[in-house]
Amino acid sequence: MKIKIALPKGRLLKNTARLTHYAGWDLEGYSEDARLYHLNSKRFPELNARIFQEKDIPIQVAIGNYDLGICGLDWVQEFLVKYPGSNLLKIKNLSYGRSSLFLATSPLSGYVSLNSLKTANQPISIASEYPNLAEYLALNLRLKRFNIFPIWGAAEIYPPENADVIILPADNEQQIFDYGLNPISKVLESQAYLIANKNSWATRDLSAILTGLFSSIETVQDASNDSHGHPNKKETRLNLFSNPDQWEGKIHLALPDGHAQKHVVNILEKAGIKIYDYPSACGNRKPRIEIPFIATKVIRPQDMPLQVANGKFDIAITGKDWVEEHLYRFPSSPVVNLLDLKYSRVKIVAAIHNDIPVNDIRSLRNYAISREWKLRVASEYVNIADKYARDHHLYMYRIIPTWGATESFLPDDADLLIENTETGNTLRRHNLKIIDTLFESTACLIASTESLRKPGSGVISTFIEKLKKAVEEA
Amino acid sequence: MKIERCKGMRDFLPEEMEKFRQITEAFRDSCLKWGYEEVKTPTLEYLYLFTSAGTLTPGMLNRVYSFLDWDGWSGERVVLRPDVTIPVARLFTEHLADRELAKLFYIANTFAFEETGKKNRERWQCGAELIGLRSPLADVELIALALQVLRKLGLDNVEIKLSHAGLTRSILQKSGLNEEQQNQVFDSLLDGDMGIINHLISEKPELSSLFNLQGKSSGFVKNLTSFLTNATPDLKSQIDDFSFISDILQELGYNYRIDIASIRGFEYYTGVIFQLYAGDEKIGGGGRYDALIPAMGGENTPASGFALYMDQLMQILPAKASARDSKGKIVIKMARKSARLGFDIADSLRSSGYIVKFHFGGKGPTDVSWILEVGEKTPVFTLTHISQNKRFHLNSPEELLEKIQNN
Repeated sequence: MKIKIALPKGRLLKNTARLTHYAGWDLEGYSEDARLYHLNSKRFPELNARIFQEKDIPIQVAIGNYDLGICGLDWVQEFLVKYPGSNLLKIKNLSYGRSSLFLATSPLSGYVSLNSLKTANQPISIASEYPNLAEYLALNLRLKRFNIFPIWGAAEIYPPENADVIILPADNEQQIFDYGLNPISKVLESQAYLIANKNSWATRDLSAILTGLFSSIETVQDASNDSHGHPNKKETRLNLFSNPDQWEGKIHLALPDGHAQKHVVNILEKAGIKIYDYPSACGNRKPRIEIPFIATKVIRPQDMPLQVANGKFDIAITGKDWVEEHLYRFPSSPVVNLLDLKYSRVKIVAAIHNDIPVNDIRSLRNYAISREWKLRVASEYVNIADKYARDHHLYMYRIIPTWGATESFLPDDADLLIENTETGNTLRRHNLKIIDTLFESTACLIASTESLRKPGSGVISTFIEKLKKAVEEA
Repeated sequence: MKIERCKGMRDFLPEEMEKFRQITEAFRDSCLKWGYEEVKTPTLEYLYLFTSAGTLTPGMLNRVYSFLDWDGWSGERVVLRPDVTIPVARLFTEHLADRELAKLFYIANTFAFEETGKKNRERWQCGAELIGLRSPLADVELIALALQVLRKLGLDNVEIKLSHAGLTRSILQKSGLNEEQQNQVFDSLLDGDMGIINHLISEKPELSSLFNLQGKSSGFVKNLTSFLTNATPDLKSQIDDFSFISDILQELGYNYRIDIASIRGFEYYTGVIFQLYAGDEKIGGGGRYDALIPAMGGENTPASGFALYMDQLMQILPAKASARDSKGKIVIKMARKSARLGFDIADSLRSSGYIVKFHFGGKGPTDVSWILEVGEKTPVFTLTHISQNKRFHLNSPEELLEKIQNN
C-alpha cells in the first residue's frame, strides 16, 4: 500500500525540497518550476508525493487522502480551531520556514491595543486569509461584536478604510510597520510542520521514510533569532507608496491584482482615463487614477463582491464567476453587475477524469448512485459547486475547497471538478473531459444598489459611460 | 446505502418521548400554578447577543454552532442558541420591558459542539426566569419551584449545592492572583474544571480552607465572609442575602450544602448560584443574574432563574408503565363495506374517552382490552373482551358503549 504525502509549493518549497533530499527520499522534480504535481521516490517505491498549495494540505490530510503532509503551522491551526475533532495530527515542528501571524491595525484608527478592541462598542471588522483563527481570536479576546471578512489575500491594504483589524503573516514586525500598520499582537509563531492523518498514524508503519526526515531536520533549520531583528526600528512609517488623496467622501473603486491588470490598463486607456503605478513594480496597492472623486485600491478579484456588498468599496472590476459565487451564497446581496467588460472570457465547466465512462452530468449522477460512490467535488468556487451539486441531486457529495491548480486533484483527490477554462487545454492535458458547461464568465464592473443611491454616485455613471464606450469600440 | 442521523444528534423514540412529555407536563403544570407564563425564543440568534454582554466564557463560545445566514454578507454570524436565559432576557428587553415583573418559563433546546460526538450536541431544558425582583425570597421561590417539579417526577432526594458568584470572585481577589489569572480561574470554574482549583491550592495551601470545605449552615457563609476584610457594602448585603437563603432552605428542610468552588454555569451569574443533584447526576441549576439585562442595554433590572436538564432527567426517570397499559384501549376490525360505520363508531368511542386503534391487517396490537369487529349484517358489532374471554353481539352504538362502560 502506498504512503501518500502532501508537500507544499510556494514559500516552503525550497527548504522542504532540501529536507526531503537529505532525508534520502530522492523525489524527482520537486522544485520551484515543477510541472508535475505527482512525484515518485526512487529510494522508496511505496512513497507517493503530490504538490499542493499549503492551504490545501491540512484538509487533504484530515480527510485521509494523504497519510502525511508538510505545511506551515498557521494553516494547521486555521484548520484545527474550526475542526478540533478532525483526524489531523500534529507530529513535529520541522524548524524552518519561520513566519508569524500578526494582528494589525492602522495607526490612523483608534485601535492601538488589544484592550482598545475589547472595550470597543462598535462592531469590529476583521479581514483575513485566516477566518477561523480570526473568529477564534475574536471570541477569546471577548470582542463584544465583530464581523469577519474572509479574503484571498492583500490584507495589508484593507485598514483602516476596509477593515479595522487584519490578521496576516509576516516575517517580522518590521514588515508590518513597512505596510504602514501597527502589529498590535503576535498571534502565532509558525514554522513548517509535519502533520499526519490520525488513522494512518495509528495503523500504518511510516517509520522507514520518517527516520531519515527526522534525522535531517537540523540541516535546514532557520537561523535562530532573525525574527527578532531590527530592534531599533519598531515604528510605523508612513506608507511611502500611499497616495495622499483622501479616501473619505470619495467613490471607492477596487481594481484587480494579478494577470487581469493588463486588460484593465488597456480598457482604461481606451476610455481615456489615466492611471499611475498600476501594475506597480514596487507593490503599491493604491494607484492614482485621474478621475475626480474616485479613490482606488488594488485587491484580489475574488474578494470584491463581498467588499462591494458591504459598502467597503462602491464599484469594482472583477469576474462574473466571482459575482455568481457571491450571489449563490448570499442571494439577497445588494451587488449588481453593471457592465460586461468582455475580456477574460472563460467557461465555468464541470469536468471528470477520462476513465469514467459517462459523458454528461445526469449519467454521472446515475453512475455514482449505482456504485454508492460518494462524489468529491473540488472547486475554488465552493458555492457554485455546492449549488450545482444540489441542483443535480448528486447523491452523497462532498465539496472540497481548493486554492488553485484544482485540475491536478483528479482522479486521486477528487472526482468532479468545477473550474474555469479558456480553451480546455489544461483540462485535456490532465486527462480530463468536460461534461457540462455551467455558464460563461467575463470581466465585469460591479456596484451595490446602496452605492448607486449614495450622494456623488453621478461619478459612477460617468465612469461607466466612459468604460462602456471603450468596450464598444474594442 | 445506510443513511444515518447526524453525529451528536439524538432521536427520541416513543418511550423516550413519553418521559420527555412527563417532564414537560409536570414542569408546565407547576409553572402555570405558580403564576409563570410560557414563552419561546427562536433557535437562531445573532452571535453578538452572546458575545456583547460578555456573558459566556470563551470555553463555551468556542463550542457554539455559528455560521453565516443567507444574507450574512456583512459577516454578521448567527448561532444555534447555546443558552436560553440570554435569549429570554433579550425577549424581555425587546417586548416586556414595561413590566415591573415578569415570571416566564420555557421548554427549549440548546446546541453546543462536543468533540467525540458521543454526548448530545443538542440538549433540552425546562427553565424559569423571575425578572424584576432583587429579593432573596425570589431565589428561594425558584429553588422551591424546581424542587416541586422534581418531587412530582418522583425525585425526593435532590441535593442543592449553593455558591455565590460575588463571594467566589472576592475570595479569588484575595488569592494573590492578578486580575487576568483570577478571571481565568473563575472561567475555568464556570466550565466545571476543578483541576485549576487543585493546582491553586497546591501553590497556596491557605486557600484550601475556602475551596475544599463544604458547609451546611449560614454560619459557614459568615466564616467565609470574615476572610474578606475589605468587602464592599454591596458585597456585604449580597452575602447577607446568601446567609438568609441558606437559613430559609434549612427551615424548609431542604437538603443543601455550600460549596463555593462549585459554580459551574454561566458567567452572567452575579449572586447566588444553585445546582441540583440527584446522586452524582447534575439535573439542574440556576442563579441570580442582576447585571445581564442592563448589560444588554435594558433597564437596571434584577433577575434570577433556573433550568432543569431534561436529558439527564430522562436518564434517571423510570419508564412509565401506563403507556403499555391496555386499559381503555379498543381495536376495531372491519370489512371494507362497513368502513363508514367503523370510522363513525371509532369517533364516538374516542369522544367518550377511549383509545381506539384500527387494525387493517398484519399482526394485531397486543396492548388492548377489547376487540370490536364491525360487520355488514346484523348484529353488526361483535365485541370481545380479551382477558375475560367473553364475546357479545350487539346492534346499536348505544348498546356497545354501555357494554364497554360497564365492564
